[in-house]
Amino acid sequence: MSNLISIRDLTKSYERGKQKVEVLHGLTLDIPKGDFVALMGPSGSGKTTLLNLIGGLDQPSSGEISIDGKRIDRFSSAELTRWRASNVGFVFQFYNLMPVLTAEGNVELPLLLTKLSAARRRENVAIALSVVGLAERAKHKPRELSGGQEQRVAIARAIVSDPTLLVCDEPTGDLDRKTADEILTLLQTLNREHGKTIVMVTHDPRAAEYAKRTLHLDKGQLAEQAAH
Amino acid sequence: MTKTGFVLANLFRKKTRTILTLLSVIMAFLLFGLLQAVNVVFNAGADFVGATRLVTQARVSFTQSLPLRILPELEAVPGVDKVMYQQWFGGVIGENTQIFAFAVEPARIHAVYPEYIMPDAQWKAFADTRTGAIVGRLLANQYGWKVGDKLPLNSNIFPKKDGSKTWGFDIVGIFDGKDEQWQNQTNQVLINFDYFNEANQFGSGAAGIYVLKLANSDAAQQVADTIDAKYENSPDETKTQTEKDWSLGFVKQIGDIGLMVRWILFAVFFTLLLVVGNTMAQSMRERVPELAVLKTLGFSDGSVLGFVLAESIALCALGGLIGLSIATGLGIVIKKFAGAVMPLTVSGPVWVAGLIAIIVLSLAVGLLPALRAQRLKIVDALAGR
Repeated sequence: MSNLISIRDLTKSYERGKQKVEVLHGLTLDIPKGDFVALMGPSGSGKTTLLNLIGGLDQPSSGEISIDGKRIDRFSSAELTRWRASNVGFVFQFYNLMPVLTAEGNVELPLLLTKLSAARRRENVAIALSVVGLAERAKHKPRELSGGQEQRVAIARAIVSDPTLLVCDEPTGDLDRKTADEILTLLQTLNREHGKTIVMVTHDPRAAEYAKRTLHLDKGQLAEQAAH
Repeated sequence: MTKTGFVLANLFRKKTRTILTLLSVIMAFLLFGLLQAVNVVFNAGADFVGATRLVTQARVSFTQSLPLRILPELEAVPGVDKVMYQQWFGGVIGENTQIFAFAVEPARIHAVYPEYIMPDAQWKAFADTRTGAIVGRLLANQYGWKVGDKLPLNSNIFPKKDGSKTWGFDIVGIFDGKDEQWQNQTNQVLINFDYFNEANQFGSGAAGIYVLKLANSDAAQQVADTIDAKYENSPDETKTQTEKDWSLGFVKQIGDIGLMVRWILFAVFFTLLLVVGNTMAQSMRERVPELAVLKTLGFSDGSVLGFVLAESIALCALGGLIGLSIATGLGIVIKKFAGAVMPLTVSGPVWVAGLIAIIVLSLAVGLLPALRAQRLKIVDALAGR
């Protein structure tokens, strides 16, 4: 299977006051299309930094990142923004839904960047909500939903524009075990049945078991890989 | 959902806060509309267009009288149809209640002001009764006066020849206005000039102002210029203006109305800037993670700037347009009741100034939060840094 993500000699450092902190040190990694990868590691190991770089939320200090053949490390900020809109779906630990919008409003938000008609947008939103099993909660605002339901809405928002790649930062970190299992099963379904490539950061080994393989990061470098 | 819907939903996320802010914007623009309209009225140059009556007073001040001998000269000016004159009586009733009282010649005021309505018999009685007085409907209703009553009226200016300041008049008529505007001006007492002229201690033969009814409204400017030129460099220099300008002259004596209006508006808008600016900044701070999510989803820096700025514009535009609309409505009501005394109109230029103020205010309160939102770094904002 061809690689969707190719990372070569990736480094990332931040300025913290007068100090320069290097978070990733020359990391090399390939993730094939259709993979479901769990990124694990202790706090400060660089998991979220790597996820942000893969998702195009940040730029590396050096090295290469190719996603689906595109060198996103060479993109300008505006190019990255456009690329994210059509290629990546994001799922956050705390859902990060817009509290003023209903579930369907939240899911429709990324589609406002497209040229789809209002009717077509509504149709896509309905499909995305039905995929996550929340069609009947479309008119509810986030505060009227449970944590699990909010995360499902967030996943619907992530998939509504049909991106190739889903990046998930601790998607079950704020959920109880049972709900977490439901969300992870949903992500597994999106990976297996809808062909989405998923990169997920997690601290939870049980969550990692839903992935096809787990990558362990330590001190900004790839420590080990394990297939499930 | 549309982008506009999203902006409005965000604007009203904290309804109480937004409504209170909106009310402050509405009040500010209500004041803006009315005060600008006042400013326009007071700063308008002499406008003779459409004037059907002119007022001639002494050039120095309306408190200085003009001699009655100029009456035939004024009547002889081409374009003048009829002339009346009047003297401010300084009327006081009861303990110390001032009322509008003027000494007038009955036939002349009837001819020059057909807007005042009264039965012919009462006009005749006014002309024929030396101590006759007619009272406006508003005053008559207020004090319960009726035809046949005695009206003891003190003057705080003119004593009688016997030294007494208490004058006695007989109410011989009650006049009304031809329409609502003129009915609102029936709050005055008119006394017979001949009696006043003979009986007052300061001598006779002078009038405070002359009111000239014109044969043709197009000639107003020309008539005014002719009269003022005629008495230039004479002991009785005149100033001739329209009724409207003459009325406004009273209020202008308070001071520089334009300057006062500008300072009041400066204070109002400075306060508004702080209130709305603080609301917008607070609202933006509360939403840093949401703005970061918008950028994550693919909204550009410019779009995020646009969202925040649009909220500020929506808030200021909504409040501003409501405020200006209320001011326009109030202006119509005030004009209806005050008529020529205060012809307040929230006109096109006031609206244009208001719209400019809305744009300036929107940018002033929205630009900084919007720029901050635009510069937001996704990674830092999501990490709460």
